[in-house]
Amino acid sequence: MTVKTLERQDIVDFLYKEAKLLDEWKLKEWAALFTDDGTYKIPPLGDPEASPTKSIFYVHDDRARLQDRAERLLKKEAHVEYPHSTTTRNYHNILVNNLESDVISVECNFTTHRTKREVVDTFIGKAEYRLVHENNKLAIKSKKVMINLDSLRPHGKVSLIL
Amino acid sequence: MNLIQDNVKKNEFLVHRSVFTDREILARERAEIFSKCWLFIGHETEIPELGDYKRKKVGGRNLLFVHSHDGKIRALYNTCPHRGALVCREDSGNSRVFRCFYHAWSFTNDGKLASMPGRDGFPEDFNDNGTKDLKEVERLESYRGFMFVNFNENAVSLDEYLGDAKEYIDLIVDQSESGLEALGGVQEYSVRANWKLLTENSADLYHGLPTHKTYFDIKQSQDPNLKRVELEGRGVDLGNGHAVMEYVAPWGRPVAQWTPIWDEDLKRDMEKMKERLVERFGEERADRIANYNRNIIIFPNLVINDIMAITARTFYPTSPGYMEVSGYSFAPKGESEKHRLARNNNFLEFLGPGGFATPDDNEALELCQEAYNNNAAVQWNDISKGMVRGKENALATDELQMRSFWRQYNRLLQKSYEKEAILK
Repeated sequence: MTVKTLERQDIVDFLYKEAKLLDEWKLKEWAALFTDDGTYKIPPLGDPEASPTKSIFYVHDDRARLQDRAERLLKKEAHVEYPHSTTTRNYHNILVNNLESDVISVECNFTTHRTKREVVDTFIGKAEYRLVHENNKLAIKSKKVMINLDSLRPHGKVSLIL
Repeated sequence: MNLIQDNVKKNEFLVHRSVFTDREILARERAEIFSKCWLFIGHETEIPELGDYKRKKVGGRNLLFVHSHDGKIRALYNTCPHRGALVCREDSGNSRVFRCFYHAWSFTNDGKLASMPGRDGFPEDFNDNGTKDLKEVERLESYRGFMFVNFNENAVSLDEYLGDAKEYIDLIVDQSESGLEALGGVQEYSVRANWKLLTENSADLYHGLPTHKTYFDIKQSQDPNLKRVELEGRGVDLGNGHAVMEYVAPWGRPVAQWTPIWDEDLKRDMEKMKERLVERFGEERADRIANYNRNIIIFPNLVINDIMAITARTFYPTSPGYMEVSGYSFAPKGESEKHRLARNNNFLEFLGPGGFATPDDNEALELCQEAYNNNAAVQWNDISKGMVRGKENALATDELQMRSFWRQYNRLLQKSYEKEAILK
C-alpha cells in the first residue's frame, strides 16, 4: 500500500469537510473526526492562553465530553437548538504550519453565522487545530477556538459547536 | 397599580406580565431598586494587589473597582469630573494613576486629582472641596469577601440588608479554611429576556428535570447506580426579598460529594475533606456543607449557586426585553490542580454559555419574553406552586423562592406609585 504524501490542499479540504458536517448537523460524524484522545476547547474571551485551573473556560471538552456534546445537541430536549438553528461557517486565512510533522498545526480565522427565530448572531474568531495523519486519514487531536468578541452579547451563549 | 395578586386564601399568586415588557416599569425599577438596593460589584480576590483594578458595570453605572495604594478597596465612578469621559479604558490592570486622555487630568488610584495641564488657568483653591476628584460610590461594604455597592447613602448596612441570607453565604464560604477566590474569565453574556426571569430561573428547581433532561441523561449514563434522578429539599424565604432552595441532587460536588466520573484519589481527597468539615463544624453542618446544594437569591439581582461548582451571577436590564449577565466562578483558595480541574470541568458540564444546561435556560427565558407579545390577552403569570402546603413546608421544587422575590419587588415599586399619588 502506498502512503499518499499529504499536501496543503488535503488539510484545507479536511477543514471544509469539518465545517460542512457542522452546518449539516452531522454531529456524530463531526465527533468521529477526533482521535481517541481528542480535545475541543474555548478559552475565556481575550485570554487565549488562560490556564483551565485559574480561569473558567466556555468549553473544556475531553474526548468523552465532546461526544456527549455532539449527541446532546441532536436531541429534541436540547431546547436551545431545537428546532435546529441554521448555520453558515466560513473558514479563511488558513495557515498550515508544519505539514511534514507528525502533529500538523493549522490555524484559521472563522466566521460562523447562526440564525434562529429570525435573529442572526455572528461568531468570529480564530481556530487552532492539531491534526494527525493516521491510516491515510486526517484526524483532529485538538481544536481550540478563540472567540474574538468583547463579550457574548448579544449572542448570549455558545450553544453551537464552533 | 396591581403588579401582583397574592391571594393566600385561594392559594393563588399571580404576577402581571407587564413587569416584563413595560418601559415605565423599568424606569421605576431603576429608581426604586437599582438606585437603592445593595448590588454586587465583585469579590475582593479579583483585585488582590495594591493598584489592581477592574472596570465594572453595576446598576447601569460605569464603575472602577480598585485596590488603592492606601490599602483600601474603593468603588469610583469612572467619569472625569472635568468633562465626563471615561477615565479608565482598560477592563483590568494595575496602576497607581488613572489618566483621562481627553485633557490629561490625572488621578491617583484613591480618586484624588493629582495634576492637570495648565494649572495656572484655575484658581488657587481649585478642588479644595474635593469635587474635582473621581467621585466615590456612596457606599461599599463587604460580607466575607463578597463586595456590594449602594448608590443611596442612607441605605441600611449591608449586614442588616443581607439578614438571614448570611447563614447561607456562610455555608458556602465555610467550605474552605483559607477562603474562596474568584477565578479568571468572568463570563459576560446576555439573554434577550427581562432580568427578573433570570432571578426566578436561578432558584427554580421545578424546571430542573423537564428543561435539563439531557444533562440528567448524561449523569445517568455516567453512574450505573443512578436509577432515578431525585431533586429533593426545601425552599426558604429569607426576608427582604432574599430566598434559597436547599436540596440534594445526583451530581458530584467538589466539596465533598464524590461521583463515579472522578477517580479513587479524588474520592480519598473528598473523604478527608468531609472528615475535616466534621471536625470543624460537627456532623450535621458538615453534611449540609458537603452534600446539600444551595441556590440563593440575594434581592434583587445576585444569585449565588453552590451546586456542581460555585457560581454567582449578576444581571442588569438595558431594556425590558434584554439583560446583560456577568457569570463568576468561585473556588477554595489553595485547591490542588487536580481537584480544581475536576471542579471546573464539573462547572462546565452544566453551567455557563457553553454548558449543557445554561443555554437551555437562556432559551426558556427568551421564549417567555417572545410570548409576552400576547400580554393584552393573557395577562398573568402563575407562581402558586406549593402555597397549598404552607410556608413552613415549602419544597425546593415549589415556587416560594420566587414569591419571596416578587413580594419585595412589589413593596418597592408600590412606593414609587404612592409618591405620585401624593403629588397628585
